[in-house]
Amino acid sequence: MTAPIIELRGVSKRFGPAYDAAARITRGLTRRFGGAPKNETVRAVDTVDLTVARGEVVGLVGESGCGKSTLGRMVAGIMPPSDGQVLFEGRDIATLSAHEAKTAKLKVQMIFQDPYASLNPRLRVAEIVGEAPRIHGMIPHGEFDTYLDAQLRRAGLDPAYKRRYPHQFSGGQRQRIGIARALAVQPEFLVCDEAVAALDVSIQAQILNLFMDLRRELDLTYLFISHDLGVVEHLSDRVLIMYLGRIVESAPTEAVFTHANHPYTRALLSEVPRIEARKRRFTAITGEIPSPLNPPTGCHFHPRCPFAMARCSVESPALREIAAGHRSACHLND
Amino acid sequence: MNATIEVRNLRTHFFTRAGVLKAVDDVSFSVARGQVLGLVGESGSGKSVTGFSIIGLVDPPGRVVGGSILYQGRDLAKLSEREMRSLRGDRIAMIFQDPMMTLNPVLRVDTQMIEAIQAHAKVSRAEARTRSRDALGMVGIPSPEERLESYPHQFSGGMRQRVAIAIALLHNPDLLIADEPTTALDVTIQAQILAEVQKLAADYGTALIWITHDLSVIAGLADRIAVMYAGRIVEFGEAASVLDSPVHPYTNGLIGSVPSRNKRGERLRQIPGMTPSLLTLPPGCAFRTRCARADATCEQEPPEGTVSPDHVARCFHPMIAVPA
Repeated sequence: MTAPIIELRGVSKRFGPAYDAAARITRGLTRRFGGAPKNETVRAVDTVDLTVARGEVVGLVGESGCGKSTLGRMVAGIMPPSDGQVLFEGRDIATLSAHEAKTAKLKVQMIFQDPYASLNPRLRVAEIVGEAPRIHGMIPHGEFDTYLDAQLRRAGLDPAYKRRYPHQFSGGQRQRIGIARALAVQPEFLVCDEAVAALDVSIQAQILNLFMDLRRELDLTYLFISHDLGVVEHLSDRVLIMYLGRIVESAPTEAVFTHANHPYTRALLSEVPRIEARKRRFTAITGEIPSPLNPPTGCHFHPRCPFAMARCSVESPALREIAAGHRSACHLND
Repeated sequence: MNATIEVRNLRTHFFTRAGVLKAVDDVSFSVARGQVLGLVGESGSGKSVTGFSIIGLVDPPGRVVGGSILYQGRDLAKLSEREMRSLRGDRIAMIFQDPMMTLNPVLRVDTQMIEAIQAHAKVSRAEARTRSRDALGMVGIPSPEERLESYPHQFSGGMRQRVAIAIALLHNPDLLIADEPTTALDVTIQAQILAEVQKLAADYGTALIWITHDLSVIAGLADRIAVMYAGRIVEFGEAASVLDSPVHPYTNGLIGSVPSRNKRGERLRQIPGMTPSLLTLPPGCAFRTRCARADATCEQEPPEGTVSPDHVARCFHPMIAVPA
């Protein structure tokens, strides 16, 4: 069996303020006089294990603030983890030589949510898409234009527009530019962070189709981050559900949508508006996501969970296998 | 049927340097007491401008250039700004996608709510405060008494939208226009807000115009659906009828491109091309350049055709002739 293309082992990411000299002195004094300085560290991602096999499409679902984008950024290598290891093809990125690390990083590319903010407004399309492969020496001498045109065409853009600036394109076309830029360095793994969330329904369908065509054509592996369960269901082989920095359920797509195990997943699925639904009464999980600055003890979901027991507020449940390939972190399974 | 609001042949145009943009072009519909109308369309279809026209908030270079908006026998399009002000926020209210369009960031919530009450009702400050507190409680904000003293930035996005909704509902309006109020919110919060709004519409008989691009939200909420494309309503009818048997190729394409309507992992049915610029609309049916069924006839203006008693569409080549 070949090594998974990406593996995360106990990866965490903490964000805290950078204390200047004055802040350090104040905090020191507080401690000295018996006080406890305020905890200002956010655990955006909390000891997450994840493996993605080559050719797989993994959907990552969660509400805002659950840490899904941070996780995606660590997978894409644009943010180092605070703890844990990120392995690319079985090798820890942190231990690779500079040259190997660069090659590994090029193999994982990212596509962002906002097609307006993620393109440099002062560069022409030719530069946005062509700069990286040129600098990394991927284009044979004298073949820049041929290479560029092929990249643009593959993303469904007319090469005649390559002298234009981003503001001359619509939202859907801009997202295509972002896709062409990511693919121009010949990656094997794409992290798509809410890549279709900002697009109109009819354009969204076009971009999703492009993702599926590219997967077949280039043998790509995807981590597809979205809050839209409909999109994830359509695209993914496996779905991960995240809540407040932890993965609470991981299962093949069919299993998640037919017999979800975790109470949070079940609640989330029942909230999703479906076009098949007719005039119905909306009900809702009560409460909001707690602040990650001060997460609940034990299972993070227990204050909102209809099945919470005494144990849930004390002990944090581990992500355990409940059926083949189906893992869930809930005490109810014991 | 007793309509709360009746819009007839509404035209709102924007007079820009590049030319006249017909953002809303001959739009007619009505909403009855306690009914929910879903106004669906993609960006630039004119759905928001329709909402702004009704509540009289179209800014220059835009102007309502034709048609009428009838509310209790009065034409809102012809009211003076003074008369409109006395209705807006009282009988007719609006919620926006971004709650910060309603809320003033430098004023406490109680100040803003009391002001909104006293603008339309002769009540004491103390009574206005009590009513504000009750309104916050009604939209599901925990400990409303303390929350009155907060500033908007101290609320989360979902809570802020609830405050905006509470303000819109202070005077039990006859008509509430909601412009994508849940688009920026998480699904669980969205469901909470939909539940509140649905309950309020049922309890007070408020007529609701729900503007959205998301067919899935509207499927569970609306009684009737109007689909807009390039400034016109291309299909209008009973929600179930429009969603189950769409007649206009555009509606059909929209529904077909929703992922859950497709087999998992297969290519989604997509509408080719993109929404045309309102400045360069083709003559005749605006959708014909993206439509597989279009032919030379479509260069003429398509008339409104009746599919069933409560279902109309503007198309020369409707998808199916559904027997009622």
